[in-house]
Amino acid sequence: MSNTPRHAPPPRATSRLQRPSLLYRYAMGHLQALVSTLGQLVRQPFNSLLTALVIGIALALPAGLHLMIDNLGQVVEGWKGSTRISLFLTLETATSEAEALAKRLGARTELETVTHVAPADSLAEFEQHSGMSDLLDLLERNPLPSLLVLTPRSDLDPVAMQALLTDLQALPEVELAQLDMAWVKRLHAMLAIGQRGVVLLGALLGLAVLVVVGNTIRLGIQNRREEILVTKLIGATNAFIRRPFLYMGVWYGLLGGLMALALVALALHLLAAPVGELALLYQSDFVLHNVTPLQGLLVVVGGALLGLVGSWVAVGRHLSAIEPR
Amino acid sequence: MIRLINVCKRYPGGHQALTNLTFELEDGEMAFLTGHSGAGKSTLLKLIALMERPTSGQLIVNGKNLGKLKTHQVPYHRRNLGLIFQNHQLLYDRTVFDNVALPLVIAGHRHQEVRRRVLAALDKVQLLGKEHLYPITLSGGEQQRVGIARAVVNRPKLLLADEPTGNLDPDLSAEIMGLFQDFNRVGVSVLIVTHDYDLIRSMPNRILHVEHGKLEGDYPRRDRPAANPAEGQTQVTQSSERDATDEEDGDE
Repeated sequence: MSNTPRHAPPPRATSRLQRPSLLYRYAMGHLQALVSTLGQLVRQPFNSLLTALVIGIALALPAGLHLMIDNLGQVVEGWKGSTRISLFLTLETATSEAEALAKRLGARTELETVTHVAPADSLAEFEQHSGMSDLLDLLERNPLPSLLVLTPRSDLDPVAMQALLTDLQALPEVELAQLDMAWVKRLHAMLAIGQRGVVLLGALLGLAVLVVVGNTIRLGIQNRREEILVTKLIGATNAFIRRPFLYMGVWYGLLGGLMALALVALALHLLAAPVGELALLYQSDFVLHNVTPLQGLLVVVGGALLGLVGSWVAVGRHLSAIEPR
Repeated sequence: MIRLINVCKRYPGGHQALTNLTFELEDGEMAFLTGHSGAGKSTLLKLIALMERPTSGQLIVNGKNLGKLKTHQVPYHRRNLGLIFQNHQLLYDRTVFDNVALPLVIAGHRHQEVRRRVLAALDKVQLLGKEHLYPITLSGGEQQRVGIARAVVNRPKLLLADEPTGNLDPDLSAEIMGLFQDFNRVGVSVLIVTHDYDLIRSMPNRILHVEHGKLEGDYPRRDRPAANPAEGQTQVTQSSERDATDEEDGDE
């Protein structure tokens, strides 16, 4: 180098470095940010996990609640199929007449089954459940009417169901035709409110995730202030400086989403045994179902998106304030 | 390489840092910029690196009028400069290698190319073998050489140094200046802000003297060091007057 003649064209200044293509530089920049931010996360496992846990809890709450309501809805769906109509016959109707009516109704196409519960059977059941046999002994005669329990075909629409009900009510032997479905409808309405609540809660906690990620990124920017200044001084673009923070936000959101799934799975595991016992008491083979793969993906991708948006907001607000002076 | 035409800089507080500064640094020239603290030397470097914008006047660096550069173009302008600072401005949580590699990484060079260029730059400042150390374990002189390696690694045509020997003892300072002369010898333009008069007196390069934001002296390059400072002083006054008229003629 030192023996280069002074009048010769200066080699250092003229030989420009060959840079790879724009696409390559772009991809490499992203890959580099991706790897370096992962490295940062691994180097500070406690801080990273803590942030991810906060996000995880915020995501697990709406996700878990949604799952609960989903499960409840499934139970209700199971009951909906077994809609029953109770026909309370007049007291004057004799047991034999009730049997005949049951037979007649059994021929109707809208009905799948017709069961006759004789007043004596009803009384026996009542005695058994209420434990008031002594009191019942005082009664001169059985006060309970004959009861026909009908199961309509499950594919009847509400209008047909209403028509059937009116039809049955008009029968001379029938005192009262009662469709045991009103409470199912009410439960459905309540579940709909619950679902809406989940959406609201989800929106609120999604906002919380934005704030958590944004604040973490803001602290990260403050901690790396010197580094940002130096890199800006030697020609780093805003995109270059922004990139690792955005990736960091995505990682936090992603980890938070995974954490949320783990928390929901843990809660389900803890609930499985008591729910199983309860289902057994109702002679149901109901099991709590876990998050479907699609729902799981939604939680994780949603978390990552929230992380990205949160860090984007933080970076936009705080990065431009750091300029070398 | 650098051309200033009536550059003024007034800070928002009302402090007038530079007043009607006009001079030119030729391609491949090396010069010192001296003056007391607060004379406006650092402001000038900040203007060239676009950390600040002039209040008025024209500033042309490497053929580009900086007044016409938009904010988003500033990073690309800085990539063409090699900046060296008194406090090194190294990243202390990264190795020497990573520090020197930073400009190339920012520019998006291939890994192999980065490695090759970084090792070459470290070789040039005689730090080869220390690339895996952290800057904090190096001496002040070595840290400054890391800073220089980082400044030259992407082969800028212009090096700007702000008090590069400010914290170093005379021997180390001379060594650092020797490095700058080496780079200058292969065609890099160099502008060094310093007030190490003892050191630069022994060097032949041009000296620009700034006082209260004004160019008060322009000592041209001498082929032999001046024997005594008083002799240089007379030379200054004459040449600055001559240069000032030259500039005016050239602009019109």
